[in-house]
Amino acid sequence: MDILQQISDQIDLGDDEIVHELTTIAIEQKIPLKKILDEGLLQGMNIVGQKFKEHKLFLPEVLMAAKAMNAGMELIKPLLLSDSIPMKAKVVIGTVRGDLHDIGKNLVGVMLKGAGFEIIDLGNDVTPEKFVETAKTEGAEFIGMSALLTTTMPVMKEVVDQIRKENLEEKIQTLIGGAAVSRSYAEEIGATAYCYDGSNAVEYLNSIV
Amino acid sequence: MGIRPVTHFLEDNLIEKIISEARDLLCNLGITLHNKGVLEVLSGYGAAVDQDKYHVRFTNDIIDKALGSTPSSFKLFDVLGQETHDFSGNNSHFTPGSAAINILDNQTNEIRKPTTADFINYSKLMSGLTNIASTSTAFIPADVTEKISDSFRLYLSLLYCEKPVVTGAFTIEGFETIKDLQLVVRGTKEELAAKPLTILSCCPTSPLKFSDVTSQNVVDCARFGIPVEFISMPLSGFMAPVTLVGSIIQHTAETISGIIISQLTNPGTPILYGGSPAIFDMRYETTPMGAVETMMIDCAYNEIGKFLGFPTQAYISLSDAKRLDAQAGLESSMGATLAVLSGINNISGPGMLDFESCQSLQKLVVDNEICGMTMRIAQGIEPKEDFPSIPLFQELLKEKHLLISKHTRKYIREEHYFPGKVINRANLSRWKEEGSLSLTEQANQEIERLLNDYQPSRLPEDIKTELTRRMEVEARLNGMDKLPE
Repeated sequence: MDILQQISDQIDLGDDEIVHELTTIAIEQKIPLKKILDEGLLQGMNIVGQKFKEHKLFLPEVLMAAKAMNAGMELIKPLLLSDSIPMKAKVVIGTVRGDLHDIGKNLVGVMLKGAGFEIIDLGNDVTPEKFVETAKTEGAEFIGMSALLTTTMPVMKEVVDQIRKENLEEKIQTLIGGAAVSRSYAEEIGATAYCYDGSNAVEYLNSIV
Repeated sequence: MGIRPVTHFLEDNLIEKIISEARDLLCNLGITLHNKGVLEVLSGYGAAVDQDKYHVRFTNDIIDKALGSTPSSFKLFDVLGQETHDFSGNNSHFTPGSAAINILDNQTNEIRKPTTADFINYSKLMSGLTNIASTSTAFIPADVTEKISDSFRLYLSLLYCEKPVVTGAFTIEGFETIKDLQLVVRGTKEELAAKPLTILSCCPTSPLKFSDVTSQNVVDCARFGIPVEFISMPLSGFMAPVTLVGSIIQHTAETISGIIISQLTNPGTPILYGGSPAIFDMRYETTPMGAVETMMIDCAYNEIGKFLGFPTQAYISLSDAKRLDAQAGLESSMGATLAVLSGINNISGPGMLDFESCQSLQKLVVDNEICGMTMRIAQGIEPKEDFPSIPLFQELLKEKHLLISKHTRKYIREEHYFPGKVINRANLSRWKEEGSLSLTEQANQEIERLLNDYQPSRLPEDIKTELTRRMEVEARLNGMDKLPE
C-alpha cells in the first residue's frame, strides 16, 4: 500500500508510534514534504474529522489521532521550515481577562493542533494587550478568545477594538467562543467569527485558510 | 458483575394469594371455551366440561400438570438461524407494538390506513433499529384482502427484515399460511421447533373466555412447537375488578387457562407469560396503555409469571398520544423504564400510539433510543478498573484531563450509551446552526438515513422466491390475482 495512505490510515487508528515510523520512511524515500503533509498527515486528520462529525468516532479517538499526526509533524516541521514551505496558520488562543474557565479553550486548542494549526496558548485571565502583542510578535493570523462569564465578554470587544485601532484587521482575524457568547454577539462587537465548539473552529479555519 | 437493578411491586405472600385465588376461579367458576376439540381433550384429563355451554372447570391436578411442563426459558433465532433472544432470567428485549389498524404518516402527519409500501418501509427501518431486537407485524396493510392480511404481514417481515417476528393469526385458517411461511425459511418442522423464528400472540377474551380461533391457534402452535405469548386483557373497572389486585387475579386465571391448553396439547411448548391489560378510563371510555396503573399491572403480573418460573411479556412502553409529542415520550419512556427494571423479557410497545391502534415510524426511531437508554439502566453499575483509584486521579491531575486516558478509551463505549441524533445533545448554537430541527424533523431525517442505508435481507434468494410463491397461492385462493408492491 502507498506509504502516504498508510500514514493516513494509522492516524485514523490513532497509533503515534507507527505514524512516526512511517513518516521517517517517507522522508527517507524523498517524497516531497508538502505531499507527506497534505496527502498523509492532514488527509488522515480530515478523515477522522469527518468521522467525528458523523458520530462514528468520539473525542478520545480524535485526540489520539491528533497525537499520532503530531508524531509525524514533529519530524517534518523543521524540514518544512528550512525549505520555507508554509505551515498551516498560527493561532493565539486564551481565556479572556477575569475568566478562569479554560476547559473549552483547551479543547479548541487540542482540536486545532490536531488539524495542523500552530497553537500559542496564553492560558486564562489573558489581557487584551497580551493577545494583540503576542499575535504581532509571533506573526499569528488568528486570535481565538474564550469566555464563560457574561461579565468577561466585554474583554473580547477590547481586543477587537485594539486590532482596529492598530489597523491590523487585514492581518489578524478574531474568533470568539464559549458559553456566554453567540454569533450575534460576534457580529455586535465586530469579531470575525463565532465558533460553537472545537470541531466548528477547525471547520471554520479550514474553510478560509 | 454489578447489580442488575430490579423493581418489585408484589411481596411473595401476595403473589401466592393471587395465584391461589386464580386457581379457585379456574376450578370453581371455570371459563368459557368455544372449541369442541379442546373441551374434549380437557374432559379426558378430568376437567368438568359442559360441551353445550362451552364451559370448563379445571382441576388443581390439571393446573399443576400444565405449570409443571412449561419451559422456564427459550430462545429465538433470526431468519438466518442465528440466536437473537434468550428469554431467561431478567433479560429484556424490545419489539414494536403490534397489529395497529392505522399509521401516522410521517410526511403529512395524518393518521391513515397503512399500505403494503408502508409495511415494506417499516420492515426496512426495523432492520436498522439496533435496540429493538425483533420485528413485529406492527400494523395491517389495508390494500390486501382481510383474509390474508395476517400472513401477508409475516411474509413481508420475513422478506425484508432478518429479525425474528412477533406475530399472530386472525383466523384458524390463517395459521396454516403463517406456519408454512416459517417452514419455508427453516426447511423442516424439526428445525423450526429447534430454532423458533416467531412468537404468536394468542388473546383470551376478558372476562375468562377463550374464543374458537384463539384456542385453536394455541393448539396449532403447540403442535409445531411455535412459541406463544398469552395476551390477557382485563380492563380494570369494566371487564375486570377496578382494583389492581382484582385485575391481576383475573389476568392470572386467563393466562393459566392458555398455558393449560398449550401444555396439554404438547408439553414443553415454549410460552411467554404475557398480556395487555389496561385500566378503563371512565371519563373517555378508553383503555389507556400509558396509564401508570396499566404499567403497574403489567409489572405485577410479570412478577407472578416469574414466580411461576416462566419468561414474561407485556404491552408496555407505548403511548395514547396521537402525535410524536411530549405525552408520547413520557408515557413510552416511563413504561420502558419500568418494564426493563421489572425484568420483563419481551417488551412490546415501541412505535405505538393511540391505544395500540396507530404505528408511527417517527416514534419507532425515538423509541429505539428509549430502549437503548433503558437497556443501559439494566446493565447497572459495576466497577471497571476503578480500584485502587489513586493512579487514575494522579493521571487526571498530571494531564489535566482524561480524554485520551487508556481507561477512558477502554470503557467509554460500554459505560456511556450514545443515543442517535433524535436525542439532541448539541449546544444551543450548534443546534441552531444545524437547522433548529424539531424532534419530528430530526426523526424524519433519521428515517430517511436508515432507509437509504438499508441492506437487503441475506435470506437466500431461492427461499425468498418460495416465500413469494406460497403467499401468491394464498392470495389467489382468496381472490387476489396479484400481491401489492
